[in-house]
Amino acid sequence: MTVFITRRLLQSCLVIFVMSLIVFFGVNVIGNPIDILINPEADQAEIERAIKALGLDRPIHEQYLVFIQRAFEGDLGRSFVFGEPALKLIMQRMPATLELALCAMLISIVLGIPLGMWAGLKPESAAGKSIMGFSILGFSLPSFWVGIMLIMIFAVMLGVLPSTGRGQTVGLFGLQVSFLTWDGLAHLLLPAVNLALFKLSLVIRLARAGTREVVLQDYVKFARAKGLSPSRIVLVHVMKNIMIPVVTILGLELGSVIAFSVVTETIFAWPGMGKLIIDSINLLDRPVIVAYLLMTVFMFITINLVVDILYSILDPRVRLQDIKG
Amino acid sequence: MTSNFPTLVVEDLRTYFYTKAGVVKAVDGISFTVDRGEILGLVGESGSGKTVTGFSIMGLVDPPGRVAGGRILFKGDDIAGLPDDAMRTLRGNRIAMIFQDPMMTLNPVLRIDTQMIEAIKAHNAVSNDEARRRARDILGRVGIPSPDERLKAYPHQFSGGMRQRVSIAIALLNDPDLIVADEPTTALDVTIQGQILYEVQKLCRESRTAMIWITHDLSVIAGLADRISVMYAGRIVESGQVDEVLDRPLHPYTRGLIGSVPSENRRGVPLAQIPGMTPSLLNLPPGCAFRARCPRADNACLTPPEMTLAAPGREVRCFHPHLA
Repeated sequence: MTVFITRRLLQSCLVIFVMSLIVFFGVNVIGNPIDILINPEADQAEIERAIKALGLDRPIHEQYLVFIQRAFEGDLGRSFVFGEPALKLIMQRMPATLELALCAMLISIVLGIPLGMWAGLKPESAAGKSIMGFSILGFSLPSFWVGIMLIMIFAVMLGVLPSTGRGQTVGLFGLQVSFLTWDGLAHLLLPAVNLALFKLSLVIRLARAGTREVVLQDYVKFARAKGLSPSRIVLVHVMKNIMIPVVTILGLELGSVIAFSVVTETIFAWPGMGKLIIDSINLLDRPVIVAYLLMTVFMFITINLVVDILYSILDPRVRLQDIKG
Repeated sequence: MTSNFPTLVVEDLRTYFYTKAGVVKAVDGISFTVDRGEILGLVGESGSGKTVTGFSIMGLVDPPGRVAGGRILFKGDDIAGLPDDAMRTLRGNRIAMIFQDPMMTLNPVLRIDTQMIEAIKAHNAVSNDEARRRARDILGRVGIPSPDERLKAYPHQFSGGMRQRVSIAIALLNDPDLIVADEPTTALDVTIQGQILYEVQKLCRESRTAMIWITHDLSVIAGLADRISVMYAGRIVESGQVDEVLDRPLHPYTRGLIGSVPSENRRGVPLAQIPGMTPSLLNLPPGCAFRARCPRADNACLTPPEMTLAAPGREVRCFHPHLA
C-alpha cells in the first residue's frame, strides 16, 4: 500500500509539472492583457512601465522559471486586476464553491443511490419507471434553463426561497459557511439542487444498472438461500457491489463540479471560484487563470488518489494487486 | 426432536414459467421422498428441470416462474405455498443449498467470516464471538487448513475447490435437516471432485442429513447416492436404488445416458449417443416426451405413459421398459 501511494504521488508531481508547462505557455500566447488593463489614452512610457511592472518584458521561458520558483514558495503570481496574490483570490472564493459542490454531491448520493437501487430492484414498477424518466430529464435539460426555472418557480412565483447570493454566513474553522444558518441554507438550496440535478441522474443510472446486474448474480441467490433478510441482501450484498462504479464516477465528477460550477454560480450569483474564472478570462487576468487551472489539476489528482484508496477499501481484489505491484 | 415423517416428500410438484411465448412446464408433476441420512441423486440432461426442482424446494423460483401445483412436505408440513417470510426461517437453517459454480456463489466484496456469521445470525440469537467460533469449526470440518486465518480472507483468495468447501461449510452452518446440492462438483477438476464427494458423503452420514444431489454426471452419482431419480423434460422417468438403476436400467433414456458414459470396458468402441436433442419445454409433443429420440417408440407412446411399479422400489414411466 505504501509503495502504491508513493508511486502515485510521484506520478502526480509529474502531471502537475507538465500541466504547469502547458497552462503557462498556453495562456501566455493568447491576447495582450495590457490592451485590456491600461487606459487607452496612456502614452508609450506608461505602457512600457506597466509591461515592466507585470514582468511581461522578459522572454517567456524566463517568466516561466520565475513563476516556477515562486510557485515553490507558494506564490502563483499576482492578479493583474486586483493586485492581490492569485492564490489568495482563489482561496477566498473556494469555500463558497466547495460548499456548493459538496452540498450538490451530498444530494446526488443521498437521493441517487436509493432511487437508483429502487429502480434497479423493481424495473417494471411505476416508481421504477418514473425514476428513470426523471433521470432522463435530469440528463437532458440544460443546467442554465433549469436554474432559471427554479428561480422562476421558487423565488418569483412562490417567493419561498431567495434567488441570489450566499445569505448569512458563519465562520467554521476560519472558513465562511452558509449551511449553518437558516438563511444561508435557504440560499444554498436552489443552486445546490440545480448543480446536483445532472449528477443525481448520473448516480441513479449507475446505481440502477449496477443493481440490475448484481441481483442476477449467483451470490445474491445464494444469500437468499442462506435465509438472509431482504434488507440485509440489498443493503450489504448488493449495495457494496454497486458502490465501486458509483465511487469512481462520483470522484471524477466531484472534481468537475468544483472546477466547472460556472453556470450555476453565474445564474445564482454565487460568489465562488466559477464566477472568478469567468471574470478573469474576460479580463485576461493571466496569473489568476494559470493559478486556477493548476488548482484544478491539483484537485483532480488529489480526488483520483482518494478514489483509488477508497477503491481498495471497497474492492478487496484491487488491494491484492496493489500489494503485488 | 424426532418425527415419524420423512424429511422431505415431494408430491406431484409442478413448477411452471409463465413467459410471453407460453407456459414452460419446467417441472411437471414429479414425486420423490428423501429421509434422514439418505442421498437421493437427481439425474438428467441440461434443461430437464432438475435445478428448478431444487429451487422449488428452496422457495427460490423467480418470476415468471412459480410452483403451480403439488405439495412439498418438509417433515410433514407443506412448504410449497409458504409466504416468503416463513420460508426464510427455513432457508439456510433447516434446508440449505449448495450451488453449482463456486466462483459465483460467494460475494466477492465480503470477507468469508462476514458471509458465514450472517448466515448463523440470521437464524440464531448468538453473539458474534460464538458465531465466529462455529464458523471456524465448520470450516475446519470441511477440510480448510488454518480456518482462523482463512476466515479473514476474501473469496478471490481461495481456489475453486476451496471456495466450494466454503459454500458447503455455509450450507452446514445451522446443521440443516436437508441439503439440496445443485451440481456442486461440476465446476471442479476431477481430483478435487473426488475429495469433496467423499467428504460430503461422510458429513451427511455422520449428521444424518438428508440430501438431494442434482447432477448430470452418472459417474458421480454411482458412488454417492442411495437412490436415484432420472428426470427427462420435467418428469421423472425412472427411479430406484442406485445400483439397480445403473446396472439394469429400465427406461430407454436411462440406458442411453449410461451408454454415453465413457468406460474402460468398451475401449475403442465409439460412444453411444442419444440421437436428437431435449425437446423444447414450451410445446412438448403429446405422449411420451422421449418418443422422438427413442429406439423403442411406437404408436402406444402417443399417449403419455404413467409411472408404474416395475419391481419393488423400482418405478418407470415407459410402455416398453427394458425388462429382462
